[in-house]
Amino acid sequence: MSDFPRWKYALVALVMLFGIIYALPNAFPPLLAVQVTANRDAPPIDQSVQQKVTAALASKHIAVTDVVVDGDHLLATFPNSDVQKSGSDVIKAALGDGYTVAFKLQSNVPGWLQAIGARSMPLGLDLQGGVHFLMQVDQGDAIDKQENSYADDIRTLLRQHNIHYESVVRNTVRGQGITVILRSEDDRSKSADAIANEYTDLNVATGPSTGDRFTLNVTIKPEKLRELARSAITQNLGTLRNRINALGVSEPLIQQQGESRIVVELAGVQDPTEAKKLIGAVATLQYRPGIGQAGDAQAQEAARTGNIPPDANLYYMRGSHLPVLVSKRIIVTGNQLVDASSGIDQQSGTPKVDVTLNAAGAKKMGDFTNANVGKPMAVVYVEQVYETKIVDGKEVRVPKVTETVINDASIASPFSKQFQTTGLGSPKEASDLALLLKGGALAAPMDVVEESVIGASLGQDNIDKGFKAVLLGLALVLLAAAIYYKLFGLVADIALFFNLVILVAVMSLIGVTLTMPGVAGIVLTLGMAIDANVLICERVREELRNGSSPHASIRAGYEKAWSTILDANVTHLIAALALTTMGTGAIKGFGVTLMIGILTSLFTSVTLTHAFTALIHGHRKLKTLSV
Amino acid sequence: MEIFNHDSNINFLGMRKFSIAIAIFLMVASIGLIVTRGLNYALDFTGGVSMVIDYDQSVEISDVRTALEKGGFDHAMVQSLGGTREVSIRMQPKDDKKAVDASGKVNLDLISADVLKTLHVARKDAKLKSRELVTAEVGAELKSDGTVAAVFVILGIMAYLWIRFERRFAIAAVATEIHDVLVTLGILALAQREFDMTVLASVLAVIGYSINDKVVVFDRIRELFRLARKAEPEEILNRSINNTLSRTIITSLFTAITMGALYFFGGPAVHGFAVTMLIGIVVGTLSSIFVASPILLWLGVSKKDLMPVTKENPELARRP
Repeated sequence: MSDFPRWKYALVALVMLFGIIYALPNAFPPLLAVQVTANRDAPPIDQSVQQKVTAALASKHIAVTDVVVDGDHLLATFPNSDVQKSGSDVIKAALGDGYTVAFKLQSNVPGWLQAIGARSMPLGLDLQGGVHFLMQVDQGDAIDKQENSYADDIRTLLRQHNIHYESVVRNTVRGQGITVILRSEDDRSKSADAIANEYTDLNVATGPSTGDRFTLNVTIKPEKLRELARSAITQNLGTLRNRINALGVSEPLIQQQGESRIVVELAGVQDPTEAKKLIGAVATLQYRPGIGQAGDAQAQEAARTGNIPPDANLYYMRGSHLPVLVSKRIIVTGNQLVDASSGIDQQSGTPKVDVTLNAAGAKKMGDFTNANVGKPMAVVYVEQVYETKIVDGKEVRVPKVTETVINDASIASPFSKQFQTTGLGSPKEASDLALLLKGGALAAPMDVVEESVIGASLGQDNIDKGFKAVLLGLALVLLAAAIYYKLFGLVADIALFFNLVILVAVMSLIGVTLTMPGVAGIVLTLGMAIDANVLICERVREELRNGSSPHASIRAGYEKAWSTILDANVTHLIAALALTTMGTGAIKGFGVTLMIGILTSLFTSVTLTHAFTALIHGHRKLKTLSV
Repeated sequence: MEIFNHDSNINFLGMRKFSIAIAIFLMVASIGLIVTRGLNYALDFTGGVSMVIDYDQSVEISDVRTALEKGGFDHAMVQSLGGTREVSIRMQPKDDKKAVDASGKVNLDLISADVLKTLHVARKDAKLKSRELVTAEVGAELKSDGTVAAVFVILGIMAYLWIRFERRFAIAAVATEIHDVLVTLGILALAQREFDMTVLASVLAVIGYSINDKVVVFDRIRELFRLARKAEPEEILNRSINNTLSRTIITSLFTAITMGALYFFGGPAVHGFAVTMLIGIVVGTLSSIFVASPILLWLGVSKKDLMPVTKENPELARRP
């Protein structure tokens, strides 16, 4: 009689069914498509756009499989990647700037599979080609900004409370806070109370006092600093998403990696220049009070002598390179910007950017412009680049900020929420700037530390080779096992095959991106999964040699091998777990594959084979076993 | 079918002085090789620029090198990527001064265009298949991450074996693990095979693979100790190795078969992975047979050390 409980048969059958269904989507390769979406000011996608695209493609003799309107976008599918590329170029030319044309891998999975959440594994860049960037986020910069902003706020607060202060200065060392110097003990305690009450994120401590100088040390609380660093990353992630969406790449991968890095992968993109310009650009605008006009006597003097007023910065105008003095006080920054769009200024005929601020920004802007009609306001364009310097024989990356004034104009009338920035060089510059601003300012500057471009043909090569390696590895092990362990080997073969199926199903369901190291992980899993069956078969053989009956041998074989299999797999799992902790994507993918593989193989090699063995041998009287 | 005699009774422990001497020699030699020759770190670790160039017709590596030298890329490293039509070119960005701007930013597009232009002087059929830029700091991080991961694996396995088996087993396993990793790295250093991210993954996977082997033998040792009435350690260890010998070798062969398939058909992207794994399989298998058990014997494993575990583990106590 079989000692294998009925519910276990059911479980095995269920898991096998699950594996087949959820691995199935991978059998439907996605279609190469070009997706067209309408920009805000362009007429929506409809039949006429469809006809235009079809006609344009036909006139250039480009083989298109299908052109369909799907909701708010249009999809054109192509037979191969070369045609897809030329098709995209033709569509772009035919429709003009009003539409975003992007490459897309259109899922070909039948609807009923999609309905139950079955999907195919996303392919990594090494399997489909594209560009990859790894970016370092400079979180310290966010802290700098915050400290500067608190210093401003404290000045305003003290003025509001009518407290006279000697100075409010940010310490030069990042994270060391702000030093407030007051003129009396009384003022000091009053300001300490005011600051502590108003800003709960700040720690206020009394510093040394000498003569009539009474010091307060104000620092940002450590938890707030941590939060700042964290939010810098989150905000940058969001900003990047917006910027990349504007680029029109479908299904981009934008993820945080480790503490301070962001990885961006754009499948199908072969020319990274445009992407890099948008991603890498760390540009933000600062609206600041101007001091005098650009190139006036005071500014010329400052540029010549280097004697810059303490509350001002000396910058140069973009284009004309005239010196200009700008107050250090920042009214509004790009962070407070909600929307920006480019156009042509009706009055001057020059390109402009229309800007909309959020409530906080609008209030600050309103307050400032109300009090300063007729006075100048400068728009400072801050761009950060990294310089590699050699310090002590090591390469060190030093951030370098370049600040130029792109606009310095008198405030014609008070404004707050909406206004425009004029004086941009060309319509292209205006639209670039608007695009950057609309994407939102980056909370902290970023720098590309890793970049790779993988050709589409290389991707296809890797898929073919990887597929071949998996199939061949599988076939060889199946053959070897069948020869060496006969019937038990065949059962192990079924298990191994289902191990592959279930592994693929689980990876697809979780959404593990398949890469070449992942393929290597699958092949390795196949090789090692058979180990459990080898252990079982060897045990069964041993039991038979010791004179046990076939049924007893099977039972003892499974029972005794189990503890060994468990120990071996747990130790192996520990190794795989360590691989997944590695920050790097490729190794992580391998580790995740290995880990899932170990778990699925535990089930298939032991439970599944036991079910089959029990099914084959369970109800028969046996004299010998084919093992 | 059976390849191995199930009654084999080879006295593995008898040659322990010899086998441990070899193991120590291999370890010392490997450390020497790693220190003197060093690992041939790939772009992932060193940082720099790399390109994959495809030719329509087959090309000689030396011709590519000459073409690059003529164009002023003296320090570029050229390697074949399997076959005769595909080469990889690796260099430091500073070799192309025009492509590094004043602020130290590297323009990958410019470098690859320059290299391609240089190659086109000699051969018109050169095509750029992929290009990559990695900064040195990312590479340095990978090295430290890899070391941390390896240490984590070894400590984790040690802790597990300590709990499941006994202290001596944990120490013997970890000592043998370190031997396996060092010898694998030593062979990589000797052959000067490119050490990239996938090879690092492979080395970590070798740890996982070879611990598998050791655990199987250890498991048998524990079992035989518990079963035996008169437990002579040397005899028990010998019997355990002999009993599991067939499984040890068959599993190694099966895994080696798949890695062979990966090597021959998986393409250049996984060459390093497959080769490293194959080296690891050989080293790990040999050390499971010849090295782990002698260490266990010297640490003084005995029947009574293994008995208390049964009390803690009722599931095992049920078993004969």
